[in-house]
Amino acid sequence: MQIYVCVKHVPDTAVPIKLTGKNSFDESVNFVVNPYDEFAVEQAVQIKEKQGGEVVVVTVGKEAAMKSVRSALAVGADRGILIKCDTSFPDSTVVAQAIKKAIEQDGKPDMIFTGKQSVDSEGMQIPYRLAAAFDMPAATEAAAFSMSDGKVTVEREIGGGARQVIEMTLPCVVAATKGLNQPRYANMPGIMKAKKKEVKQFNLSDMVPDLSITGTELLELELFPDKGKAKMLQGSPKEAAEQLVKLLN
Amino acid sequence: MANIGVLIETTDKGDVKKANFGVMTAARGNGGNTVFGLLIGADAAACKDAVQAYGVQKLVPISAAGADLSSSPDLQAKALAEAVKNFDINVLFGLSSSTGKDLLARTAAILNLPLVLDCVGVNLAENIATKFHFAGKTFAKIKIKAERWICGIRPNSMEAKPAACETEILSYAAPVHDTGRMKIREVKKGDSDRIELTEADIIISAGRPIGSAENFKILHDCAKVLGAAVGASRAAVDAGFAPYEMQVGQTGKTVSPKVYIACGISGAVQHFAGMKTSKTIVAINKDPESPIFGKCDYGIVGDLFEVVPELTDALKRG
Ligand SMILES: Cc1cc2nc3c(=O)[nH]c(=O)nc-3n(C[C@H](O)[C@H](O)[C@H](O)COP(=O)(O)OP(=O)(O)OC[C@H]3O[C@@H](n4cnc5c(N)ncnc54)[C@H](O)[C@@H]3O)c2cc1C
Ligand SMILES: Nc1ncnc2c1ncn2[C@@H]1O[C@H](COP(=O)(O)O)[C@@H](O)[C@H]1O
Repeated sequence: MQIYVCVKHVPDTAVPIKLTGKNSFDESVNFVVNPYDEFAVEQAVQIKEKQGGEVVVVTVGKEAAMKSVRSALAVGADRGILIKCDTSFPDSTVVAQAIKKAIEQDGKPDMIFTGKQSVDSEGMQIPYRLAAAFDMPAATEAAAFSMSDGKVTVEREIGGGARQVIEMTLPCVVAATKGLNQPRYANMPGIMKAKKKEVKQFNLSDMVPDLSITGTELLELELFPDKGKAKMLQGSPKEAAEQLVKLLN
Repeated sequence: MANIGVLIETTDKGDVKKANFGVMTAARGNGGNTVFGLLIGADAAACKDAVQAYGVQKLVPISAAGADLSSSPDLQAKALAEAVKNFDINVLFGLSSSTGKDLLARTAAILNLPLVLDCVGVNLAENIATKFHFAGKTFAKIKIKAERWICGIRPNSMEAKPAACETEILSYAAPVHDTGRMKIREVKKGDSDRIELTEADIIISAGRPIGSAENFKILHDCAKVLGAAVGASRAAVDAGFAPYEMQVGQTGKTVSPKVYIACGISGAVQHFAGMKTSKTIVAINKDPESPIFGKCDYGIVGDLFEVVPELTDALKRG
């Protein structure tokens, strides 16, 4: 199995975002592997451990994104590809095209794993664009996964507690959500080994020479204001509940 | 003059989902456009009255002769993409619900069109969409650099304003064939009368102090009177008191109901990441010093096991 996993390098969601310009923020904060992509990496590594093959991590990001590539290598991915760009919010069409080109040049994918969404720009579309580019079927929000006889079965949450059980032929794209598996932690030998694993590096322009395919542009970021101190509803539980009902009406 | 499409979602009963009306309102923009309502696997006649009230001029049930559309979202998207081409749709709107997000993104990928999901504002004249970045920490204003694009609207984020018109029902058979590469094998049913969190107008959630799965009953009782969905914090989910589908927050669902009532929830940033864009936030907490009271609209200091049943009673009294 030749498996590619797309991993994005994103700011840790626990840290506050400080804006530094119209569409820029203070990037000196801690960055991590996009949380949903951890499930994607784990699933790919589990498949490799079971039936052999190779897991290649692909990232489009700034130079600093190498950290997330190495994190994925430390938990079992074999090689990495870093496509360097100098913007913080590359357009989804461009990212998908860059990943597609890089994978195409590298090998023949049997499966592509991604997360269900990036937690910074929340585009919710890369897995679909990759699938269309490779003419593969795709299932996202995968909360359960199994594979047999060249077929993949994925359980997908569809709201209200219901789940769709979807079957797809290989090759295909699967986008992971929480619950898919329990991602392992990197151990010391893993981290040491990751340093020596091969990471191919390219510039975005090597993969996407024509940026006129860009579909969207981030014009502006604006902080969403926190609510201030609550108006406290006084009295007994009953009295407070009655005041609340009045306010909600 | 542009042709605007709206992907319409229906309930299990075949009615138009209420959350669609805000989408139709957004799709009308400042008027002057032709609004197409696109339906997959639903009865157009049963939807006509509802969409007519919101300015959908053409209602198009989409079918396919060579495929069973209900068997795969892959086929549905292919059919939808064909319809978009056939009716020369400039902007396709839909709900950023679990079905909508999936279909809109598949369609955008097939047609290679720009896509912005989870929008809370749209300016059709300038092709600018507003959504959130960083789990609600910032607004993001996004310019679409093409004439044709696809837009998913966050449920409940846009006010529905009626605008009656005369609706004509067309029909469209998409040239789609099943290659057999993807199939829905089965749908494991959830709890059918449960209101979906991401589409709810009102949500009442409990945190770790709820103590057990059984104790969620007091929330469900209150939710029934409120017409609310029930959510949970991660601490409550991790303790096994609620299933993961109920988790609100950074690693759970992102919701923005009109009213969010947090019961016994401390107000951690990761919980707020999933609900901070709610219009009104109410906190019920035993601890007057709880950080949640520093960032919500209304607070009640008290034991959730006393306050929630009182709230249910007060609601019943009206
Ligand atoms: C990477 C990461 C992701 C996370 N993602 C999420 C997420 O998606 N969603 C999420 O919710 N959390 C998430 N968390 C966890 C988050 O940081 C908090 O730990 C969690 O939200 C706390 O849950 P809680 O408020 O229910 O529990 P607690 O922190 O235990 O707070 C309980 C609150 O209830 C009050 N209380 C106690 N008894 C009563 C009573 N009888 N009546 C009324 N009030 C009472 C207490 O005063 C306290 O304020 C995440 C954490 C990390 C590190
Ligand atoms: N710049 C990127 N580099 C690598 N993978 C990405 C990148 N952006 C998005 N992805 C992948 O696509 C998934 C969905 O991202 P998005 O469409 O941005 O919400 C993520 O979870 C990643 O797996």
